Amino acid sequence: MNSIKPLPLPRYRWPGGVRTGVWFLLVALFCLPFADLDVSSLDPWREIGRMLQGVISPQLMDPALVIEALLATLAFAFAGVALAVICGFLLALMFQNLIVRAVCALIRSIHELFWALIFLQFFGLHPLTGLLAIAVPYCGIFARMYAEIFDQVETQPEKALPVGSGFLSALLYTRLPQAWPHLVSYTSYRLECGIRSSAILGFVGLPTLGYYLESSFSQGYYSEVAGLMILFYLLIATKKLWLRRWTLPLFLLGSPFFMGSGMPIIWGNVGRFFSQDIIPSPLRSDDASLRSLADWVGTIVMDQALPGVWNTLLLSQIALVVTGLFALLFFPLINRYCFGTVGRLPGHIFLVIARSTPEYLLAYILLQLLGPSMLPAVIALAIHNGALIGYLTGRNSNEIQLRPDAPERRTDRYFYELLPRSYPAFLSFMLYRWEVIMRETAILGILGIQTIGFFVDSAIQEIRFDVALLLILIAAMMNILVDLLARRIQLHP
Amino acid sequence: MSLLAIQSDALGYGDQRVLGPVSLDIRAGEHLILLGKSGCGKSTLLNHIYSENRSECALIPQGLGLVECLSVFHNVYMGRLPRYTVLHNIRNLIRPAQARVAEVQPLLERLGLADKCFSLVADLSGGQQQRVAVARALFQDAPVLLADEPVSALDGPEADRVMSLLGQNFSTAVITLHDVDRALRYGQRIIAIQNGELVLDQPSGRLTASALNEFY
Repeated sequence: MNSIKPLPLPRYRWPGGVRTGVWFLLVALFCLPFADLDVSSLDPWREIGRMLQGVISPQLMDPALVIEALLATLAFAFAGVALAVICGFLLALMFQNLIVRAVCALIRSIHELFWALIFLQFFGLHPLTGLLAIAVPYCGIFARMYAEIFDQVETQPEKALPVGSGFLSALLYTRLPQAWPHLVSYTSYRLECGIRSSAILGFVGLPTLGYYLESSFSQGYYSEVAGLMILFYLLIATKKLWLRRWTLPLFLLGSPFFMGSGMPIIWGNVGRFFSQDIIPSPLRSDDASLRSLADWVGTIVMDQALPGVWNTLLLSQIALVVTGLFALLFFPLINRYCFGTVGRLPGHIFLVIARSTPEYLLAYILLQLLGPSMLPAVIALAIHNGALIGYLTGRNSNEIQLRPDAPERRTDRYFYELLPRSYPAFLSFMLYRWEVIMRETAILGILGIQTIGFFVDSAIQEIRFDVALLLILIAAMMNILVDLLARRIQLHP
Repeated sequence: MSLLAIQSDALGYGDQRVLGPVSLDIRAGEHLILLGKSGCGKSTLLNHIYSENRSECALIPQGLGLVECLSVFHNVYMGRLPRYTVLHNIRNLIRPAQARVAEVQPLLERLGLADKCFSLVADLSGGQQQRVAVARALFQDAPVLLADEPVSALDGPEADRVMSLLGQNFSTAVITLHDVDRALRYGQRIIAIQNGELVLDQPSGRLTASALNEFY
């Protein structure tokens, strides 16, 4: 007889990454009761039905107009991204500098639509507005990502160079060639984002795709909307065909000619914007005092910034978790251990369409269908970002080598092999995306959801640019904080 | 009595032929050792046997095939995934079932992993990871063991302990080894592979270490 008492069984604790995920889930659940998630439109199904009818009978409006819109969309994207690449590259080289870092963090934390709203006030509907709205935030993004890529390059070759080789020669001979493939692939990905951003700029009046989408949509011409969207998907899906090494200079040189002429810049407006409009109103009067400024800031913070920030946080935390759940649900659709080559095709098509549709556009459509609440915004953010992260995670999971005796049942295989092996990459994609989701959430306020963008938009309509700028800066601070927090979690999960 | 009959044409990857035609009977109760230099086709033969007889075999592959970001317990439990419902498996992933832990823990104790039950495999040493793969095969409780260098990362006494544990728990086994002495100690039948051909197939009682060394 064995008389030794068995040791007590050990206790299981979730690994760090799982605990991080569960914390996010709990925060989102806590946010849920405070969020307005009602369907407020009277008869959403009728409108959905009409829209589906449009989708199955797509129609093209005046072809000349459509081609013009597509070319303008591409022109703003190419010119804006090109300008951002040049400035971003130079800034990346001095990224050790704290001021450069701070400036880049600030300009990339302000959404391109906010930039467009700012530039609209003094350049008006001039092509420069669209160009800079893309170039400025993208420049900050490129600077950071390029600097990160340069940091990951081998330093041995540079150290082995003879003394006195010079900064530029050293860069050209060691760091740049090593970083080149990564720089190119990231820039190409960003160009795709630039095309989406450019399309969205149409919503504030620039002559890109969004302009025509909004006008067709608001008149209920769903067939036209479907036609435009299909063209847009084709444009993005065929990118590899028309964007070649030799076509790139063509696009870059041609882009200034297709941005439309817009309205002439009134330079007096530019001067007034900086000298008067954005100066806080209490400082403009003759009896300006610190006290009146403090009162002014206090009122804006209490009445607009706090509710805006609160709603932005609620919405983005819920959207982030739904995004994560969608991504984990979507990624097996394109995994080679779950489906065969043919079986993966529908998944690929769905993910391409969902991630090519800008969340702003999705939210715009869903808001018309479901009425103004946070629900359409959550769905829009989760579909777009969930598809993107699902695609990235799925691509990552296809590199897994399963052992010959891996579990045979698909669900077992998903939960015991694919999910745990893909989870670390998934989590880091999510942390990267957190700040983007927060930025997008803020901007969706322009569509009527009471996130901070709602208050920015109202302030601009009341021609109170000082208030708008203060709110934009508060939104930017929020994004910077989230970005810092995400990186901390990334380092110590 | 023949338990597994292996009949195959040439084996290899793509155009590259690794192993010539093979005809092999594995009898129940037999411990068979495959000997040969690295790259001679041992692993190819073993994987072929596995792919033809999945349901009867427990496999310890050369790369171990552990999920490093899961705990030792979950990796060992994977040996019995098909026995339970999918729902039970998901539940056990989130919260290990006490009954399953109680089944796995004694196995870990015998392999010197008693305190590692809920450690992540990524945090273990190479030798410990190899023993986790051994535990997974033992837990599966299949009639036949197919093991590819199951003790390559273990030191002498530890390797012998694991080999005898495998010997006791599996009545039938095909194991690849590169250590001639150990092959003679644990195998009842020894097959040597050279240049993609089976060049020797003898009961181990008739062989000596010096005779086998010529295959290296």
